[in-house]
Amino acid sequence: MLSALLVMAAIAIVLGAVLGFAAIKFRTEGNPLVDKIDAILPQTQCGQCSYPGCKPYATAIAAGEADINRCPPGGEEGIQKLADLLGVEFKPFGGDTAAPKAKSVAFIDEAICIGCTLCIQACPVDAIAGAAKQMHTIIAAECTGCELCVAPCPVDCISMLVIEEKITNWKWKYPVYSLTTKK
Amino acid sequence: MEISRVLIDNEKMRTLYHFHGGIHPPSNKSQSTQVAIARAPLPSRLVVPLHQHAGEAAKPIVQVGDHVLKGQLIGMPDGFVSSAVHAPTSGTITAIDMQLIAHPSGLPNLCATLIPDGKEEWIPHKAIDYRDHSSAELQQLLRMAGVVGLGGAAFPSDIKLRIGKQKITSLILNGAECEPYITCDDMLMRERAAEIVQGAEMLRFMLDASEVLIGIEDNKPEAIAALKQAIADRGMNHEVVAIPTIYPGGSAKQLIRVLTGLEVPSGKLPTDIGVQCFNVATAYSVYRAFAQGEPLLSRIVTIAGNVRQAQNYEALIGTPIDELIALGVALPDTNGYIMGGPMMGIPLPAVHVPVVKATNCVIAASDRLFPPPPPALPCIRCTRCVEVCPADLQPQDLFWFAQSKEFGRAQAFSLFDCIECGACSYVCPSHIPLVQYYRFAKSEIRAREHDKQLADQARERHEYREHRIEREKQEKADKLAAKEKAAQAAKLNSLQQPTPQQQAELADLEAHRAHIRELAQSGVEHPED
Repeated sequence: MLSALLVMAAIAIVLGAVLGFAAIKFRTEGNPLVDKIDAILPQTQCGQCSYPGCKPYATAIAAGEADINRCPPGGEEGIQKLADLLGVEFKPFGGDTAAPKAKSVAFIDEAICIGCTLCIQACPVDAIAGAAKQMHTIIAAECTGCELCVAPCPVDCISMLVIEEKITNWKWKYPVYSLTTKK
Repeated sequence: MEISRVLIDNEKMRTLYHFHGGIHPPSNKSQSTQVAIARAPLPSRLVVPLHQHAGEAAKPIVQVGDHVLKGQLIGMPDGFVSSAVHAPTSGTITAIDMQLIAHPSGLPNLCATLIPDGKEEWIPHKAIDYRDHSSAELQQLLRMAGVVGLGGAAFPSDIKLRIGKQKITSLILNGAECEPYITCDDMLMRERAAEIVQGAEMLRFMLDASEVLIGIEDNKPEAIAALKQAIADRGMNHEVVAIPTIYPGGSAKQLIRVLTGLEVPSGKLPTDIGVQCFNVATAYSVYRAFAQGEPLLSRIVTIAGNVRQAQNYEALIGTPIDELIALGVALPDTNGYIMGGPMMGIPLPAVHVPVVKATNCVIAASDRLFPPPPPALPCIRCTRCVEVCPADLQPQDLFWFAQSKEFGRAQAFSLFDCIECGACSYVCPSHIPLVQYYRFAKSEIRAREHDKQLADQARERHEYREHRIEREKQEKADKLAAKEKAAQAAKLNSLQQPTPQQQAELADLEAHRAHIRELAQSGVEHPED
C-alpha cells in the first residue's frame, strides 16, 4: 500500500518536473493566434476595420471582440481564410463596412504639392518621400493603397490610381468556353 | 521500368529509358522539310521587343532618331536574369513605345521600331577563341550577345551555365523537336550540323561536362546522319542518340530521363543531378557568338499549317510575322495564327506582331486543320489523362482543385511539376481544356505569393515605423526628464550648505571685506583734510 503511494507520488513529481520544465523551455512569446490572423490580413494598415491597423484588428479578432468580415482589402477570400483558421462560419461583408475596391496606389500631383509633410506623417508604411517645403512623391512599390494620405492633404493633390493590367502582372483567366458548338 | 536498347553507330549500345505516358499526335512535319531554309527578305520595318526572354526586360539605351548599325546593342540587360537585345540590321530607330507582341494576354509591351536602311552595315565585331577565356567571361559575353534558349522558353543561357561548384557529367543537346508541325531544329541540324557540334563543344567547355549527348527523335534520320557526319569529321566524342518519337519527348526533364535514366526531382534543377540541357539552336547561337562575334539577331522560323508552301525561314528578330506568312501564302480559309506548336503554342493576338527569340514556328490555323473542339462535358474520372501525363501527375485531381479554386490542394498535388504539354487535354474524352485550368491555377498561386511578399514587406515597414515613433517619443520624454532633473538639481544646490572649502573661501572674503572696512574707517582722518 505504502509502496504504491510512493510510486504514484514519485511519478507525479517526475511528470510535474517535466511539465514545468517544458512550460519554461517551450514558452511561446505573445499570442500565436494573433500572428496567424495578422498573417492573413493584407497589411494595408488602412483602418477601414475601425481599428488603427492590421495588428490591432488581429488582436481584437483573437480576443473575440471583432467580426471577421471587417477587412475590405482582404476581400471575401480573406474572410474565408479567417473563417477556416478560426473554425467559424463565413460571413459576408456587413452593412457598415466599405465594399472591396480594385487595388490601387496613391499618386501625388507634383505640380500642386506644397511640401507640407502631412501625408508623410499619415502614411503607415513610410511610402512617401519628401521634406518640408520640398516636393513629395509616392514610392509606388511600397504603397499599400490605404488612402490614409488622401484626406490630410490641404491642396488635394493626391489621387488613387487603379493598378493597370500589364504583361508583368497579367494572370491567366479562369477558362470560359461555350457549352454548345458554333453553328 | 521499360528499358530499350538502341544501336548507336555500329557496335556501341546505349540503354534508353522511358518516361511515363506520352502521346502520338500526327507529326505534320514533312510539309515544311521539302525545301531548304530560305533567308527571309529584309522587312519594311522591324519591331524589336525589349522583353523577349525569361526574367527582367532589357533597358533601352538608344533614342528615337538614332541611327544604329547591325548588331548594335539597343537593350541593356537589367537584372540578374536578363539578356541583351540588338539591332537586327542597320537603320533608324523611329519609335520606342508600347506595341502588340506575341503574348497570350494580348497586351502591348515596350518595343523599339527600326526602319532598315537596306545596307546591312555591321558594327565592328570580332571572333574570339573560347579556350582563352574563363567560363565566367564567356557567360558575360553570352549575356551581352543576347543568347537565350531557342527551344521556346527563351531562358538566358548564361544563367544556365552558371553552375557554381556542381559537377556536370552530361551535357544534353535537345534536338528532339517533338511538337507537330515544327521543323526549325530539324532543318538547322540538317544544314548547319558543323556549327551545332562546335557550339556544343563550347558549351561543354564552359560546363566542364564529361560527355555530350545529342538527343534526336528517330523521325529525323537526315538530321541524325548530318550530325554524326559533322562529329566524325572533327573527331569529336559527342554522341548522337536517336530516341523514340513520342510527345513530349523534347521537354527537358523527359529528355534527360530518356537519355540518362535520371529523374529531376520536383522543385530541383537538372544541374542538381549533374545534367544540363540546351537546345540545338542555342548551341548554334553560342557558336555564332564566339566563333563569329555575332549576337543573336535572327532565328529559324517554321511557317506551316494552312499555307500554300510550308517552309523554314531564317528571319531577323523583329520581323512582322505577316511578312513571313506572306512568303508561304496563307490559304483563304485561314482563321487565325498560332505561335509555337499546336500542343503548347499560343494564338497570336494579331498577325503583324514581331518574330521574337522564342518564335520557333507560326502555324496558320483553319477549321479544317484544327476543328473547333466539341462542347466540354463533365469530367467522368476515366483517368486517361493520368495514363498519358509525362510528369506522372493526377491531372483529373488537379483539374478538380483548379476548377474549385482550391489552390493549396492543387499545390500539394504538385501542380508546379506540370509542364503544360497538353497531352491530358489531347486525350480527354470530355474535351475539357485542362491545361487552361492549370495555367489559371498556377498564375493565381504566383500572384498570391507575390501579394503575400508585399504584405510582409508592408508589415515590416509599418512595425518599423511604429517602433521609430515610439523611440522618438521615448527620446523626447527622456530629454524632457533630463532637463527637469537638471533644473531641480540647480535649485536644490542653491539651498544646500556650502562645502568646507567654500566656507574657507567665504571666511577669507569676509576677512578681506572687514579689512577694507577698517581701512575706510581709519581713513576718516584724511591727510589732506
